[in-house]
Amino acid sequence: MSDINQKIKDIISSKDIVLFMKGTPDAPQCGFSMAVSNILKNLNVKFEGVNVLSSDELRQGIKDFTDWPTIPQLYVKGEFVGGCDIVKEMFEKGELKKLFEDKSLLS
Amino acid sequence: MPLTKDEISKMIMSAFPDATLELKDTMGDNNHYSAKIISKIFNGKSRVEQHKMVYKALKGKMGNELHALALTTEEDK
Repeated sequence: MSDINQKIKDIISSKDIVLFMKGTPDAPQCGFSMAVSNILKNLNVKFEGVNVLSSDELRQGIKDFTDWPTIPQLYVKGEFVGGCDIVKEMFEKGELKKLFEDKSLLS
Repeated sequence: MPLTKDEISKMIMSAFPDATLELKDTMGDNNHYSAKIISKIFNGKSRVEQHKMVYKALKGKMGNELHALALTTEEDK
């Protein structure tokens, strides 16, 4: 296994909710990343924003790791939940809140 | 080169021949699209799996030539 895969595994297992995004939660650099970041803020959950623009290796590595072509990517408890479209749809249908409830991540 | 609506439509319909497809060029710029795809091929698959199937049908263009495709997939029951 390559170093970057191990690094990504370490990141997603170290925090309950991890959002791989362009920019940071306070300064998103892409509308799709901002949308997901705002949804998580709206649900008032604690999450770790990982800026993929900080490293080309990470930016490509996360796409390969998840087998998913776009950023943002949301991981909850080490599992890939989805990209922007799926997260938005889950939020609108109340499924995202339920997922966080089920995993005892709502404060 | 950005992808035209026709090219996207062809790639999706060849992978999901039974699909009902609503494809929109949301900004009129050949660069931002939205697609709603309803197909029996999605039945029993998770949303993540369904979207991955669409990305595969787009043959690696998603995230490259194809900058933005807002995707909604639905099972056809």
